[in-house]
Amino acid sequence: MELLTFKKGIYPPHNKYLTEDKEIIDMLPKEELVIPMLQHTGAPAVPVVQKGDRVLKGQKIGEANGKISSNVHSPVSGTVESTKQIYTSFGKKTLALVIENDGKYEEVKYPEKRDYNSMAVDEIIEAIKEAGVVGLGGAVFPTYFKLMPPKGATIDTIIVNGAECEPYLTGDYRLMLEKTNELIEGLKILLKIFPNAKGYIAVENNKEKAYKALKDAAKNEKGIEVCYLKTKYPQGSEKHLIYAITKREVPSGKLPLDVHCIVQNVGTVISVYQAVVFGEPVISRVVTVSGDAVKEPKNLRVSFGTSFKDAIEECGGFKEEPVKILSGGPMMGISLSNLDYPVSKNVTGIVALTKKSTDLSDETSCIRCGRCIDACPMNLMPALLDNLSRLNRYDDFKEKGGMNCIECGCCSYVCPAKRHITQSIKKGKLNSKK
Amino acid sequence: MSETIYTASPSPHIRSNITVKTIMRDVIIALMPALIVGIYFFKMNAVLVILTSVVSSVFAEWLWEKLTHKRITIGDLSAVVTGLLLAFNLPPTIPLWMVIVGAFFSIIVVKQFFGGIGQNFVNPALAGRAFLLASYSTAMTKWTVDGVTTATPLAILKTGKGTLPPITDLLIGNIGGCIGEISAIAILIGAAYLFYKKIISWEIPVTYIGTVLILTLLFGRNGFYEIFAGGLMLGAFFMATDYTTSPVTSKGKIIFGIGCGILTAVIRRFGPNPEGVSYSILIMNLFVPLIDRKTAPRIFGEVK
Ligand code: SF4
Ligand code: SF4
Repeated sequence: MELLTFKKGIYPPHNKYLTEDKEIIDMLPKEELVIPMLQHTGAPAVPVVQKGDRVLKGQKIGEANGKISSNVHSPVSGTVESTKQIYTSFGKKTLALVIENDGKYEEVKYPEKRDYNSMAVDEIIEAIKEAGVVGLGGAVFPTYFKLMPPKGATIDTIIVNGAECEPYLTGDYRLMLEKTNELIEGLKILLKIFPNAKGYIAVENNKEKAYKALKDAAKNEKGIEVCYLKTKYPQGSEKHLIYAITKREVPSGKLPLDVHCIVQNVGTVISVYQAVVFGEPVISRVVTVSGDAVKEPKNLRVSFGTSFKDAIEECGGFKEEPVKILSGGPMMGISLSNLDYPVSKNVTGIVALTKKSTDLSDETSCIRCGRCIDACPMNLMPALLDNLSRLNRYDDFKEKGGMNCIECGCCSYVCPAKRHITQSIKKGKLNSKK
Repeated sequence: MSETIYTASPSPHIRSNITVKTIMRDVIIALMPALIVGIYFFKMNAVLVILTSVVSSVFAEWLWEKLTHKRITIGDLSAVVTGLLLAFNLPPTIPLWMVIVGAFFSIIVVKQFFGGIGQNFVNPALAGRAFLLASYSTAMTKWTVDGVTTATPLAILKTGKGTLPPITDLLIGNIGGCIGEISAIAILIGAAYLFYKKIISWEIPVTYIGTVLILTLLFGRNGFYEIFAGGLMLGAFFMATDYTTSPVTSKGKIIFGIGCGILTAVIRRFGPNPEGVSYSILIMNLFVPLIDRKTAPRIFGEVK
């Protein structure tokens, strides 16, 4: 079978064997949850409960503030104990509500099960918005907003991103296996919003079981095709996924909808299903807790507000001292300085790496080997951009296409001189915007 | 918030295990077949020249970095590679003090004056050889096999004096020439290793040798013989492919290889000297910045 893919990219060891056969386990929330009002891209939600209030599981505690924002709900029943300023695992300062879990899990009353076929598009989108669904692949962009393209835009392709190309992470893989039908129903809901579009579910070929399960489940669905992708990093990048499937290139500075595509992650689509059919809000997510420092790596369903520390303890703690704790995978994840951060909607994985499996070597001079150029999926010249950024030559940086960098990390990964190319280009992008 | 316990550093958090040192080590491994053949045919002379060249190259690098208070980089093995390549481009009978001069010139003037590894714009070993050739041309063009002075196949072709050795001798290395260039087979074995390890790619060697072959045939000479003569094999696989002094893009490498090929064929045919590989590569080295600029790949999603 021909595998779909893009040009260039890299093949890092995927290390998914640690958790790929581990079923998703619901982790019981702890006594205290610290729930950030900012768990998404955009403006933080505004708290709608106060200190001392009793809240129910699934109750809205933060209201979306503006167009690009999202509701936040409580994962447990209990009392709002206090509020405090914290840093999220994606480095933003935000207000958080501390909720004391009363252990009763009393839920708000959800609506009757709904048939999405008899719902209007507006109703569907409203349900998605109300439930606080955001992109669960890590980008946490409000989903409802992505589903409301500007007037005149035509969408002919909806892609469910099941590439999960980051090493270690297996949450989407498990979801595709364990929630196969929900995923397909979720995609059908999206296709109901865009009746002229075709649906694709894209899976990398290191997830054969998921591919087969989906293929089987979708065999009678006319508008849905399951695609097999070559296992290559960064196959899950929106632009590269679109290219692999449609051979369309998202033009520089443009969005997927400019090439008539919408891409949603596996977890997101399942949340859409739950939001639309059951009115269930997003109050937890699947987190792969893995890495060679973790005693028993697992796929956990973690309630938001649970600390990284508790999630790791749920996996038996550390068997070896880690040097890095990552929110997300090792290619694009963020390294955290301690374990006090709460799990929020962006946390695809918690990866704890020991000294031997991460790289802390110093950078040396570029030897002009060209490996970074051969790896860059955006076809840039990373060594050159690295240089221009370090020389603060931002006009040249822009002119050489620096703003197109997707920060995938391929260049730094392959560089034999261990140069921090991605970091330097990120800096260049930031400073060029000023 | 809480204290810092773990390393916070930018992504990506994993790196491939290829380093500058592993690359240089692989190049050294790839040079071993040619080294063995050189020593087999030129005996103690070759051993001494190679040892002197490598030791003085490494020493020169260490000394310069020590004196200028820079980080000592001899551990990356690149000076060893330069030393080996310089020795490979020298005749076995060259006085050892000249080897030392050449090594210092290569490392200090060509490499370190321009900022060290990755910064020089011409190939250090070739520039060292060119410097020695310009300064001590007699010693640099004296060829012996088993203690008997001979002419290289290319010199025989140029002057028309003497009988050409059969092509099998060129393949094995039973001819006059520089220490590392005599055996085409030994060089090809090393090159195969470099391809296998993905240290070099096909563009430069194939276009270089291909261009020389075609042009030599067009000039009405025996191209299939001449591509195995002189320094072409060593130059195409080991010198023209030097990362620092060759283009970084695939298209650029093709242009560079063709350029080297044209120059080599023309110098061999029309120049005063029988051989032109070193000068061709050195000249093309100077065009690398221009070639790189003109061959930047089309950015994904860029509409032109
Ligand atoms: S330059 Fe940017 S897009 Fe290209 S490999 Fe590096 S991080 Fe990825
Ligand atoms: S991979 Fe590193 S050493 Fe090679 S060209 Fe790029 S920056 Fe330079």
